Amino acid sequence: MAYSAAAETHEHHEPQSFVTRYIWSQDHKVIAIQYSLTAISVGLVALVLSGIMRIQLGFPDSGVVDAATYYQFMTMHGMIMVVYLLTALFLGGFGNYLIPLMLGARDMVFPYVNMLSYWFYLLSVIVLLASFFVPGGPTGAGWTLYPPQAITPGTPGADWGIITMLVSLAIFIVAATMGGLNYVTTVLQCRCPGMTLMRMPLSIWGIFIASIMALLAFPALFVAAVMLIMDNTLGTSFFMPAVIAMGQQLDHEGGSPLLFQHLFWFFGHPEVYIVALPAFGLVSDLISTHARKNIFGYHMMVWAIVAIGVLSFFVWAHHMYVSGMNLSFGYFFAISTLVIAVPTAIKVYNWILTLWRGDIHLTVPMLFAVGFIITFVVGGLTGLFLGNVVVDIPLADTYFVVAHFHMVMGVAPILVVFGAIYHWFPKLTGRMMNERLGQLHFWITFLGTYAIYFPMHYLGVLGMPRRYYAYEDYAFIPQSAHDLNTFITVVALAVAISQVLFLVNLVWSAFHGKPSGDNPWNAASLEWQTPDTPPKHGNWGASVPVVHRWPYDYNVPGAPRDFIPQTDPRPETGEPHGGPGPQEGKA
Amino acid sequence: MTDSTAQQQGTSDPPRSGWQRVVDDWSADRQTFPRVSWGKTMMWIFLLSDTFVFGLLLVGYMAVRLTTPQPWPDTSEVFALTVAGVELPLLLIAIMTFILITSSGTMAMAVNYGYQRRRGLAAAFMGLTALLGLSFVGMQAFEWTDLIGKGVRPWDNPMGAPQFGAAFFMITGFHGLHVSIGVVLLLIIARRVLRGDYDRSGNYEAVEITGLYWHFVDLVWVFIFAFFYLL
Repeated sequence: MAYSAAAETHEHHEPQSFVTRYIWSQDHKVIAIQYSLTAISVGLVALVLSGIMRIQLGFPDSGVVDAATYYQFMTMHGMIMVVYLLTALFLGGFGNYLIPLMLGARDMVFPYVNMLSYWFYLLSVIVLLASFFVPGGPTGAGWTLYPPQAITPGTPGADWGIITMLVSLAIFIVAATMGGLNYVTTVLQCRCPGMTLMRMPLSIWGIFIASIMALLAFPALFVAAVMLIMDNTLGTSFFMPAVIAMGQQLDHEGGSPLLFQHLFWFFGHPEVYIVALPAFGLVSDLISTHARKNIFGYHMMVWAIVAIGVLSFFVWAHHMYVSGMNLSFGYFFAISTLVIAVPTAIKVYNWILTLWRGDIHLTVPMLFAVGFIITFVVGGLTGLFLGNVVVDIPLADTYFVVAHFHMVMGVAPILVVFGAIYHWFPKLTGRMMNERLGQLHFWITFLGTYAIYFPMHYLGVLGMPRRYYAYEDYAFIPQSAHDLNTFITVVALAVAISQVLFLVNLVWSAFHGKPSGDNPWNAASLEWQTPDTPPKHGNWGASVPVVHRWPYDYNVPGAPRDFIPQTDPRPETGEPHGGPGPQEGKA
Repeated sequence: MTDSTAQQQGTSDPPRSGWQRVVDDWSADRQTFPRVSWGKTMMWIFLLSDTFVFGLLLVGYMAVRLTTPQPWPDTSEVFALTVAGVELPLLLIAIMTFILITSSGTMAMAVNYGYQRRRGLAAAFMGLTALLGLSFVGMQAFEWTDLIGKGVRPWDNPMGAPQFGAAFFMITGFHGLHVSIGVVLLLIIARRVLRGDYDRSGNYEAVEITGLYWHFVDLVWVFIFAFFYLL
């Protein structure tokens, strides 16, 4: 069999020195931590940038930044948060850590490629941050980098910043491709005996489908980046129509700015779900574990993830209703956008029905999971407004949009990130995170989110445009809106500073936290059944585990404890979740 | 290991056929594609991703061809060669296409000889494939030189739309890069074949995986040929 031949060539040498163990490591667990720490670090940079922008908006007389710097910070904030923090953290961080452990594999199928993936990611982050130090500073084109203005003179960073940004993105795409190939191949071809696809935890389903989407969506960004670099450096005209900038006719003509928007959003909308699907998966596992109840409608949840993944490739132009695209397209994309609400709503109902009459433990991960559901519903509902052409046209480019996407794909996935870190931290370190600090962190973050973003909906309906540096002297913006801006800024700074609670908790607990044991949450899924905590190199000791059931056997009648680990060899209890496949493990 | 796991999985029954087999594979544990190695799976998925890169490059080319106000040059004139006083349209491209498709044939021979464990022949055919690939890249360099000599630049084109030059250099450049990487890959794997690495590991699959990549690059060229040179 080809399979066993491949398995034989896949040797696992325990690394010996500090350098091979922790720096040039090929162990998926170490790579996951490297990815996560890099992503969190660069995310903190973006958080500081947003704080500075909020000071400008709330206290326009303070003069913290000038207009050009404001746009540069805004661009970097957006790009870092979406690509370099969330994408890298969910796929490179959680994907790397959880896929082999949850599937009973010893590592990713190609550990060396996996290591390369991290180092390319780090390189992309370095190139990105280098743009703060190049002449002219980082690009201020907005995270969407729309040409022509992204490369016309007058836009901040139009000569150097845009190049470092595009090169960094290209490197990131190489890294994401190497990682994604590994994740997809591992899920398809490297599961332990008994682990059928329909016995995979939903975390893995979310990460799996998101990885496939990344492999198909990032090419669009790559192609767009290549063309935009050529337009900027070689003087081609892929995206550049005839433009008169600063009184001069530029050396471009005949290009299509709309082409860039199509390419960008063909990447950009799936990107939203590349971030959201892993969050959906992780939160499903958090809810099931901490409500001590099987996930409601497992099959439906899987198919909803697949359906969202497919549909998300057919909705991209709902970002372009006001771009001058033919409005007839708008109706197609409005319909596909609203259709995608159906599988999404199925997921939300299933989370709620999982909680329904569950034995809910309000642990810190559970708090964040419930916070996610609420935030996601609020952000999702405003998505229905913006998905409709006629409602979107007055709301486009206002703070309503800012509030919508920060709720639905900013804060909601970040709440899952926090919950998941509180949940899996014991597996990483063998220690619990401090519960009190965690609760404090949750309530400040959760309530703060609403204090920040709810007023923005109001500002948006009022017509306050996004991406403006200052709002003085506009007759239609009343004083109350300025007061609200000040309020938002104060809360935002408080929430940003309160994240120190999380960082302190992370560092302190890693060394002084309460020892957790192997399975502190009494979770049924495979990663909690490792022989060592934290798992050693190779994860499973002498032999890989054998799986006999799905990962959601909680509170099964007649079972001695309120959960049955996936490795428990007793026959399945006949829950309607697919049952034994034709290749059911009997050992 | 193989026998015992087969019994554990209860696969001693003869495998079912057709769609039943597909259902069995997707509901199996361990592996979704039971006879496909990790490396081959990964190459297939990579090629799927790369398809999107080339597909979107071609879409981009079609979009700018529609938006540019200037006339698109007649490709049969631009890419004509004058041989013995006669202007032959698309002659060079026809030869290049013929060479690349031939190289897919020699690649298939190499894979075949690899699985027959005739490593000298396998390495020889891989070398021949690499040679054909190199001559393709060489002719592409000639074509680039020819066009540059006629004044075509990425940013300019004396025969009409400047987007013609931009799309030409970008798409053929990107494809030529793929061919060049393929040549390097072929030579590396051919050296390993000659050294007997795959006789020791008992598996010549690396030759086939290289072949997958090579056939893909060949297939992409067919589309570039059709959409860029013929239309």
